[in-house]
Amino acid sequence: MSGPAVHEKSMPVLSVKDLKVHFPARAGMGWLRSPLTVKAVDGVSFDLMPGEILGVIGESGCGKSTLGRAILKLIPASHGEILWSGRDVTNLPEAAIRAGRQAMQIIFQDPLASLDPRMTVGQIIGQPLKTFEPGMKRSDLEQRVTATMRQVGLNPSMFNRYPHEFSGGQCQRIGIARAIITRPRLIVCDEPVSALDMSIQSHIINLLLRLRDELGMALIFISHNMSVVQHISDRILVLYLGREMEIADRDALFAAPLHPYSKALLSAVPIPDPKLSRQRARVILEGDTPSPITPPSGCVFRTRCPIAIDRCAEHVPALSSYGPRQRAACHRIGEAVASSLADGVGSANRPGRGPEPSALS
Amino acid sequence: MPLIQTSGDPVSDERLKAAPALLRVTELAVGFRLPQGVVRAVDRVSFDLKPGEIMGIVGESGSGKSQVLLAIMGLMARNAEVTGRIDFAGQDLLSLSRAGLDRLRGADVAMIFQDPMTSLNPYHRIGRQLAEVLIKHKGMSKDNAHRAALAMLDRVRIPDAKRRMRLYPHELSGGMRQRVMIAMALLCEPRLLLADEPTTALDVTVQAQILHLMQELVRESGTSVVIVTHDLGVVAETCDRVLVLYGGRVMERAGVDRLFEAPAHPYTHGLLAAMPRLSATRLQSLMVIPGAPRAAGLKLIPGCPFAPRCERRIERCVEAMPAIEALAADQQVACYRPYAAQSNQPKVRTI
Repeated sequence: MSGPAVHEKSMPVLSVKDLKVHFPARAGMGWLRSPLTVKAVDGVSFDLMPGEILGVIGESGCGKSTLGRAILKLIPASHGEILWSGRDVTNLPEAAIRAGRQAMQIIFQDPLASLDPRMTVGQIIGQPLKTFEPGMKRSDLEQRVTATMRQVGLNPSMFNRYPHEFSGGQCQRIGIARAIITRPRLIVCDEPVSALDMSIQSHIINLLLRLRDELGMALIFISHNMSVVQHISDRILVLYLGREMEIADRDALFAAPLHPYSKALLSAVPIPDPKLSRQRARVILEGDTPSPITPPSGCVFRTRCPIAIDRCAEHVPALSSYGPRQRAACHRIGEAVASSLADGVGSANRPGRGPEPSALS
Repeated sequence: MPLIQTSGDPVSDERLKAAPALLRVTELAVGFRLPQGVVRAVDRVSFDLKPGEIMGIVGESGSGKSQVLLAIMGLMARNAEVTGRIDFAGQDLLSLSRAGLDRLRGADVAMIFQDPMTSLNPYHRIGRQLAEVLIKHKGMSKDNAHRAALAMLDRVRIPDAKRRMRLYPHELSGGMRQRVMIAMALLCEPRLLLADEPTTALDVTVQAQILHLMQELVRESGTSVVIVTHDLGVVAETCDRVLVLYGGRVMERAGVDRLFEAPAHPYTHGLLAAMPRLSATRLQSLMVIPGAPRAAGLKLIPGCPFAPRCERRIERCVEAMPAIEALAADQQVACYRPYAAQSNQPKVRTI
């Protein structure tokens, strides 16, 4: 495995610009009821290059799954643009994008629930081909299905078995086979290993990485499991209440997270090393995530932020670039970096290439 | 800035080591009678728990880890067969009458479940549910019980506790509900706390709060704890000792430092190697344990349940289950071919 097959010049598989997904919600009683909106995703932008793996992390309710579904146009966007391989699909009707769907696939969290119990494994995996290449000969189709089964580590002799006969890990392999059979350019993986036993998770992670190397598709890997995301991703997007807190290359984010939320999130992950975990100092966030119906003013994270100041309640911090591939939205990053440099900490923030906000609001 | 140093050393105090066990489980077996026969979920599990000790039980689905807790608590399904001994502070819990168990449960032994929403009563306010425990077990008056409940909610750091006493469970967030569960479990100052995946349903940030809180309260009161989890990170951060279960049997029992430094059983070794780590840079690929976890079955197998997936398997493994033997003072393993003690962190291997 040699890094991501990212070609600087090639066109992004996916571009998302200021994407917002708002849902109507109701609160109050009787005629006092007022229409409200849940801002599930609120202004997210990024490009995804062919073969790149973007991890999306955040707590429950941060909008990670909504983002994944909106990208695939499974739920409508309220605002912003979604480009599939350069083509703006935001406002196109379903009929117009139908053909494009074979390049965009999804894998779900619950492996068994996402497979039709009345279809055989062969039918399930072959279904996308039937849909997108209706003229294909039956023998060709079966050949493609068995080849794909081999590719994901399923024995082709199981062609006529039903999903309930398989273990969770094998069901997830069936889901992956169904996703890759149309040779997609992007797969959204929504918590693909969360429902699996720990000794099975590594099988699926290794499989996804191998398929990415063989087939060159991009992945959006949504998970609440930080160590899994770190292992698989090239770049990571940190969401909080639907807003982009930070987006950065994996190593940069884990070595030196800029946003206080990224820091807290990473430090909350239990380390499977008792000695190390006793030594480290942790940032433990107070309280819970606020309701997305009534998000805090200014920076949405400020109510739990250990370094919030008055300005954070008044102005929404803009997403600014710090270094070539690291962006974060926080009023206090400049100061935090300055103080960490003064302390002689922050090895990744060496002077010279240190983060300098290039678009401070 | 709430910078918190995670709590001190595991129980290393000589005095504690010498203390008699508060809980001693001997050859515990749990089976379920079905029309087709008896399914064995737990088989000959033994361990000791000292006062003030936090022990983790680790295993995958079907390992029997939750059944061990339920057996201690006496919460078995009607078709269950439980054999062995569970000695708690001098009484055998398995031979205790229903009334005897009722006196113990909630008072001396308390339990926290994975999903606080389904373990709180949706019809009653938080305050009433908390006070009920004290009224029943301690014979407190309603007023005193409410006062004590309020003090306990403060202790588990529920902000605005007075108002929250009047709320129903559905009006609280997941993290708050789990705090209420912990408060309820600790109300009668139990000597033993059983926690079944207490943070699995929570976000990592809330998990960190809850684990830290549990540790703190337990250290203050000297309560012994058994935590069942599938998360080795949680074990590393909270436990003193670890019991590794697979297919209903004990694979390895060790002090937490020892287990993570020198896992002896091939299963433990494999689990640690298969885990993506935050600290490591990306490796070629994660090591894998081949095959899938064994589900509890009707057929009694004579050998080691892990043998079919084990790369160190020899013929004997399939024929007879190895006895648990001590490798070191704080490490016992059930394996004919355990990894040698000097092998440090598991080696990474590509498959």
